[in-house]
Amino acid sequence: MSAAPEWKNPVVRWIDHRLPVFTFTHHSVVDYPTPRNLNYWWNFGSLAGVVLVIMIATGLFLAMHYNPSVDQAFDSVERIMRDVNYGWLMRYMHANGASMFFLVVYIHMFRALYYGSYRAPREVLWFIGLFIFLAMMATAFVGYTLPWGQMSFWGATVITNLFSVVPFFGDAIVQWLLGGFAVDNPTLNRFYAFHFLLPFVIFGLVFLHLWALHVHKSNNPLGVDIKTDGDTIPFHPYYTAKDAFGLGVFLIVYFAFAFFEPNLLGHPDNYIPANPLVTPPEIVPEWYFLPFYAILRAVPDNFIDIWGILPILVTAKTAGVILMFASVIVLFLLPWLDRSPVRSARFRPIYKQLYWLFLADCIILGWVGANPPEGTMLVIGRLATLYYFVHLLVFMPLLSRYEKTRPLPDSISAAVTPQGSSQSAQAQGA
Amino acid sequence: MADTSTATADGHEHEEDRRDFLLTSTVVVGAAGVALAAWPFIDFMNPSADVLALASLEFDLSTMEPGQAITVTWRSKPIFIRRRTAAEIDEAKKVPLSELKDPQADADRVKEGKDEWLVMIGICTHLGCIPAGQKATDSKGEFGGWFCPCHGSHYDTSGRIRKGPAPKNLAIPPYAFTNDTTVRIG
Repeated sequence: MSAAPEWKNPVVRWIDHRLPVFTFTHHSVVDYPTPRNLNYWWNFGSLAGVVLVIMIATGLFLAMHYNPSVDQAFDSVERIMRDVNYGWLMRYMHANGASMFFLVVYIHMFRALYYGSYRAPREVLWFIGLFIFLAMMATAFVGYTLPWGQMSFWGATVITNLFSVVPFFGDAIVQWLLGGFAVDNPTLNRFYAFHFLLPFVIFGLVFLHLWALHVHKSNNPLGVDIKTDGDTIPFHPYYTAKDAFGLGVFLIVYFAFAFFEPNLLGHPDNYIPANPLVTPPEIVPEWYFLPFYAILRAVPDNFIDIWGILPILVTAKTAGVILMFASVIVLFLLPWLDRSPVRSARFRPIYKQLYWLFLADCIILGWVGANPPEGTMLVIGRLATLYYFVHLLVFMPLLSRYEKTRPLPDSISAAVTPQGSSQSAQAQGA
Repeated sequence: MADTSTATADGHEHEEDRRDFLLTSTVVVGAAGVALAAWPFIDFMNPSADVLALASLEFDLSTMEPGQAITVTWRSKPIFIRRRTAAEIDEAKKVPLSELKDPQADADRVKEGKDEWLVMIGICTHLGCIPAGQKATDSKGEFGGWFCPCHGSHYDTSGRIRKGPAPKNLAIPPYAFTNDTTVRIG
């Protein structure tokens, strides 16, 4: 299966002898051995890749008509919508593409959580994925500033002010980030520069992500290692076809938004030009940041009285910011918090239940993030924040030790084919 | 996919029809989809509606005296408008076409009955510089029209190339007189 292909075309053969791009590509996407039992949750990695390409393409073209100055930015976006050929399509594809990117990546991450894809030997693969996620958040944040609407402006103001919690240097850092004393033209210009750069950083990280993936190959729904050739099938045509089908379904969903409800996921206030003198009644981030926003706002004002620690450095604001960053950082520890001998939740009866609670918890956090932090909503937000960290920092290690896991199958092929291992021997011969 | 082919009775290799059909139709539909998706990207780079809206402009010429020239901007290009004197018109008319590098009669370069108005795109046909000759103090070249300082092209009082590297006469934009003293360019 892994023998180098004989290239018939003399030009291809000539190039390949000097730079084996064709052989490399063949091994990576044609005869690449893939677990034979991958389900549709494994489509979302390649979908994320396709969305990244769509985002870079539409973004590049939008940049041809976008004007990054505080006097022109809002109008240039409106001009794209009204005067530029297919400008409405380009912008709606880009704006909804951001939402789709996060949707796909969230599903991709929760797939990894369910099937233990972050476990050894795929920790670095998981890390790179988290770095991609962080880069995506940075890209989305600076990108949302560019249309220069009210939400753009005040979102940028609020998020850059998070850095004011840094002890002693906070205000200096915020001024440095903004290039001034408030969000203004220098801020918009640098955000635009970073918004152009970061997608290519993501692209590079994706390359590393795939490299790490191809070292130990894909995890699979059983979470057991690939043992024989019979456990795998070539990527092409089996998973190219499956990914293509999934892509078709995804594009229907994506363009249902882009064509029919292009502003459903956006905030109407962002169609009001930025006004540095008037803050909208409520500032709400895009939906994909809502859970983190809920964590940010969950810390009680009397936090210091409760804990009595570091009263100078840790105010409620500071603690909220720390918790929000911690909610992502803690994911880096996951491969060590989870020491269970079994990867897949299929064979972990208790983790399987807690997984769905954790997913529900994240959705609740998102719902709380969309509402003002008052009354019941604030209490729910605090409990959900607490549960988020308890699940990862307490339940995961405890489960690893005490959960009684179900017996694992001998191999992938033994579990998914009627003849079991005899089939695997047969496939090996083919 | 050698294992999916079956040998027919006469010994020819015969690929499975249904699979071939599915593969071909999938590739064709996919390629058509990609091609259609490419169009919005290509068209996105074409002039937009606001740019096209400025593609036609009107200018009032009532204040211009004979011998005077003005330069206006149309589609981001300089347009030379000169109200020629009788002597300049005469000079342009009497040049035999055989002497011209890009033969064109003066009458073909102005509107009928509007001999004194010369409207041209003021871009040298050599490499795109803007010829001198609009201002009274400018060098007008050896033929009393325009002179391109970049590579020394001389244009006559009809804007025709007479000497130098430029291959063509100065171009005439699409225009029309909407009344005696108003011209619409574009």
